[in-house]
Amino acid sequence: MRLTGSDILVRTLIEQGCDTVFGYPGGQILHVYDSLYKYQDEIHHVLTAHEQGAAHAADGYARTTGRVGVVIATSGPGATNLVTGIATAHLDSIPMVAICGNVPTNQIGTDSFQEVDITGVTLPITKHNYFVGDVGELADVVREAFTLAQSGRPGPVLIDIPKDVQMAVGDYAPAAPVQPISPQPAKEVRIQEAAKIITSARRPYIYFGGGVVSAGAGEELLALAERIDAPLGCSMMGLSVLPTDHPRFLGMQGMHGHLASTKAMSGADLILALGVRFNDRATGNRAKFSHGADIIHIDVDGSELAKNIGVTCGLRGDLKETLRGLLDILPAARKPAWWEMIATYKEEENANQDTRPGMTPKNVLERLNAHLEADTPVATDVGQHQMWSAQYLNFKTPRRFVSSGGLGTMGFGMGAAMGAAFGTGKRSVLITGDGSFGMSLQELATAVTYQIPMVILIFNNGVLGMVRQWQTLFFEKHYSATVLGRKTDFVALAKAFGAWGEKVDCLEDLDGALSRAFDASGPYVLDCKIDADELVLPMLPPGGSMDDLIMKVEGKI
Amino acid sequence: MSKYTVAVLVRNQSGVLNRVTSLFRRRQFNISALTVSETESSELSRITVVFEGEEDYKQQLVNQLYKLPDVCSIKEFNSDNSISCELLLIKLVNDPDTRDEIRTASEAFGAVVVDYSKESIMLRLTDESHKIDDFINLMRDYTILEICRTGSVSLEKGGNTIRQMINF
Repeated sequence: MRLTGSDILVRTLIEQGCDTVFGYPGGQILHVYDSLYKYQDEIHHVLTAHEQGAAHAADGYARTTGRVGVVIATSGPGATNLVTGIATAHLDSIPMVAICGNVPTNQIGTDSFQEVDITGVTLPITKHNYFVGDVGELADVVREAFTLAQSGRPGPVLIDIPKDVQMAVGDYAPAAPVQPISPQPAKEVRIQEAAKIITSARRPYIYFGGGVVSAGAGEELLALAERIDAPLGCSMMGLSVLPTDHPRFLGMQGMHGHLASTKAMSGADLILALGVRFNDRATGNRAKFSHGADIIHIDVDGSELAKNIGVTCGLRGDLKETLRGLLDILPAARKPAWWEMIATYKEEENANQDTRPGMTPKNVLERLNAHLEADTPVATDVGQHQMWSAQYLNFKTPRRFVSSGGLGTMGFGMGAAMGAAFGTGKRSVLITGDGSFGMSLQELATAVTYQIPMVILIFNNGVLGMVRQWQTLFFEKHYSATVLGRKTDFVALAKAFGAWGEKVDCLEDLDGALSRAFDASGPYVLDCKIDADELVLPMLPPGGSMDDLIMKVEGKI
Repeated sequence: MSKYTVAVLVRNQSGVLNRVTSLFRRRQFNISALTVSETESSELSRITVVFEGEEDYKQQLVNQLYKLPDVCSIKEFNSDNSISCELLLIKLVNDPDTRDEIRTASEAFGAVVVDYSKESIMLRLTDESHKIDDFINLMRDYTILEICRTGSVSLEKGGNTIRQMINF
């Protein structure tokens, strides 16, 4: 059938199973918005307050559903406003398709009004991008973009469509939704090699990350741990793959990780690294990382093998399939001596627990835990509150922790929490700080418009806590540009946007406030006052190793 | 440090060279030579990359290239399994005192005179890159006006082709 480019675009999105798109209109994407109007019964468009919020929403949608998140923006500033959102998805390997309008093809390259070379700008932060110069290619480009975004190591793909291509008429034949390129296990010989190393290990430790989420390999992961009797720890991107209270799970490791998991990795003679990329935040000093232990690394992206850390055995392949291959041949083992050591690590961690009363981050998050349902998605922004969330939140279901790991994007949370609510159909929670919230609070307007049930918990300490923590520890308390001293009244602000809000100054008031927030039919802001001197501990100093771990900082800072 | 030659078969589309070189830039790969040309198929272009480094550096470069959707196939070459050559044009001052020496050297290397004037001599040499290096070094004893070289191109010996390993 003959359709305009913009109709072909929207029909292809629908054909690919896309039910929700996030975006913001503008001059060079008007025709696409006209098609969205025409097909509004089949595809739901969510208008955000800013294109960045739309990109993060598409990201939050993708993280919680595993489906491709779609964001639409106009040319020029609309397109550049997506950049941080696309980079965030790129660093965390999140499947996303970003669609931008552009000036008509005969004006491309002439510095027209609102023209920007967005395929050039996004080259290093996308898996691939397309400039569509011919309406005849449009449907297949969209299909290829969906395939690429989901295949292998997922990631964002951008499609730039000039206005005249949106208007041009071309042929459209409906097609079935594309499937990701079928996942292959690692080579049999490598699986055999890995199995041999695993069988001879006395103290195996499993370090897993976001790759296990993408591959949906949580079951195989647990089966492997049971089979070889190994404890597990994860990078931040691996959180929520396993129930937090699983007896084998020692928690997040790394710069602000749990003592038990960090120590277990240090004491292991074999580190099984699954779907991770040995980010410096997760490993500390890479030179001292392996401490002579064997490392087996399994990842779908072959370029990650030996990129950051030299490994004993690298397996390139789909995690789920490769773990199944391993499970087929690995004998069951018991490691009682190793678990005795693990028990001492746990005891040491417990002895160092923060037991202070009052509005401490730990106490606040433990109260919050009691209100979370098993499948409540929790998004965060970036900073101290993010690390406390990673340390203290209880997860029961995969894909329920939504946080910017690789890029560390302040301002990510509002959009991501909205996208998570749309994706799951559940009330979402945003844990943020007063600094991060200040970067994206305009999206409260969106949350109110769509009456998104959202609990927004602000750890309000009046400072940029994480940067300030580094200044405290490494810059002689020179608090350069980290003391906000703002007069913002977040409760009044919430009300001005049409949301609910209340201040929480003491722990006794928190439960009631949380109950009201979780009963609300729309966004509800909880402005929780905490001390500016709260630290995220433990802490591996940048470039430090286990020996440099900071467990406690004495005295009032 | 070893010298590596890698041939990359890519989709012949605008912007592909930019994608490849942009990858080299952002991953800080240092390239000694790079050539691009169309191939026996109009849908494919061939990029030949020469660089120095350790084995893991080479492996990382190849792995990163494989992640580009426009890359169809990659082949590594060494002097045992392939033929490589490069084209040099070199322009020298035509000095009666050195003219004969230049001619003798040219004959020894198989370089051909392609332009001759009272002021200058231009020579053309096609050979492996290290031979071209040697020839240029020899010519440094005279007055070099300009040098232009293409970078190396390589093909595998025997009946195998890079297209046999295409992974579209």
